[in-house]
Amino acid sequence: MKTPLIFKAFFGLSLYLAAIISPAQADGELVVDLSKPIVAITTGFTGADILLFGVTDGKGDVVVVVRGPQRDTVVRRKYQVAGIWVNKDSITFKQVPGFYGLASNRPIAQFAPLAIRKENQIGPGFIQMLPVDTSFSPKQIGLFKDALIRNKQNQGLYSLDPNKLTFLGNELFRTTLKFPANVTIGTYGIEVYQFRNKKLINKRTTLLEVRKIGFEAGVYNFAHRHSLAYGVLAILIAGMAGWLANAVFRRV
Amino acid sequence: MQIYLPIAELSVNVFLILGMGAGVGFLSGLFGVGGGFLLTPLLIFIGIPPAVAVATEANQIVASSISGVLAHWKRGIVDFKMGLVLLIGGIVGSSFGVWLFGILRAMGQIDLTIQLSYVLFLSIVGGLMLVESINAIVKRKQKKTQKLHQHYWIHGLPFKVRFRKSRLYISITLPLGIGFLVGILAAIMGVSGGFVMVPAMIYLLGMPTAVVVGTSLFQIIFVTANVTVLQAVNTQTVDVVLAMLLLTGGVIGAQIGARFGNKMQGEHLRGLLALIVLSVCAKIGFDLISTPLDLYSIGLPGGH
Repeated sequence: MKTPLIFKAFFGLSLYLAAIISPAQADGELVVDLSKPIVAITTGFTGADILLFGVTDGKGDVVVVVRGPQRDTVVRRKYQVAGIWVNKDSITFKQVPGFYGLASNRPIAQFAPLAIRKENQIGPGFIQMLPVDTSFSPKQIGLFKDALIRNKQNQGLYSLDPNKLTFLGNELFRTTLKFPANVTIGTYGIEVYQFRNKKLINKRTTLLEVRKIGFEAGVYNFAHRHSLAYGVLAILIAGMAGWLANAVFRRV
Repeated sequence: MQIYLPIAELSVNVFLILGMGAGVGFLSGLFGVGGGFLLTPLLIFIGIPPAVAVATEANQIVASSISGVLAHWKRGIVDFKMGLVLLIGGIVGSSFGVWLFGILRAMGQIDLTIQLSYVLFLSIVGGLMLVESINAIVKRKQKKTQKLHQHYWIHGLPFKVRFRKSRLYISITLPLGIGFLVGILAAIMGVSGGFVMVPAMIYLLGMPTAVVVGTSLFQIIFVTANVTVLQAVNTQTVDVVLAMLLLTGGVIGAQIGARFGNKMQGEHLRGLLALIVLSVCAKIGFDLISTPLDLYSIGLPGGH
């Protein structure tokens, strides 16, 4: 039987209202905030540390999951052809997060049941990655998925082991979210899960914006929005520089 | 000191880039070559995405060749008519090359194409230069009488045109074709193509050596400018910040190199350049055949 749309909408709305009106809707309170709501990429940007802190209503364990903007991602495998390594097979995965960070106060498996970790995609192995072309065997897909996670990890964009999250007393906790210099720009979702007695009792979501500002943003936006003018300007700058070099060094 | 490159989207050390620009600039001043064939692979080695390296290098070459052509301009040794014909071929070739670049990138084969082109062209050019400079050193004392230029099948081609400054009467299809091929190389390899253009002008067209350098620089300016604009529009991979850094190091290095070059003998210089070309070639070739650390790599569909 199909649930009428109006009921669905009402159900969704009431859930939403419950979530915003009474944060203590489950077992208690969970409040989180960030030291800064944006990561600003400036000329001297070499990565950023953002402090996440929060309060719980007592004993429990906390996991923080940071997900970067999602994009389709291709994984390619090289084969040796006539002595040369050549990309041959490729699988495209739909909407893979560009960044995946984790933080928890102790090993996640000790307090979070497998089913909940799977459902909420807690841990890189549980990130949902669906191939665009479904004709590959599950074994092949698994190999390519592992390779994707491994490559992202080597680029410093996925963390396999959770970062340290420390409790100060029973209720106050904090952790540092680390973003390397090669982070992609966009909106990052930060989800905080609270567990007690192996049960998920609370979940909060907050957003973080990673964006270029000032000169970096100016150049990037100009290059993308007015690419023809950008190209012409690049040539003019090069021309001036070449002329200047010639003029200066002729007199030396 | 680190600087964030707005288009490459990564943080690099300013002094590393300046140093690379100066080092390659020194060599290009010393040998009178563009240096793109050294700088583009170096940029890729330090982690700049190949697409950004190639497109940005084109922009950098615009500056270095303008500086070079201005020096030759005063001495009046640019054959503009020949330059224009080469340029027409070059514009068509480089536009085709940028288009091909985009397709290969989407197929995930651009890195391989860049590497294979480097191995192919560097080994041919480096090998020929080495052989020639060794011959020249061995035979320096035996003076030969040379004809102005040899006559072979090339001079039988139709559509002959007179090029006064080069003292040539040859088929226009030849410089058009050379311009076209070098244009493709410029777009795909991020080079000026001087290392192919100059020998082709001397040995295939039979142009006098004096007009070759100025004329090839003249057409390189416009071909690389064309590549810069097309890459900026099609792939948004021209990083002006990176180009400016390379350029600053490059012009200083080139001036120092030019002064050193005056003190060395031509054959020895060419022999040395040949060895550098061959070692870059060997390094790229080795990377192609050695087993990669990870057989898998990731990217975005469409190559962006």
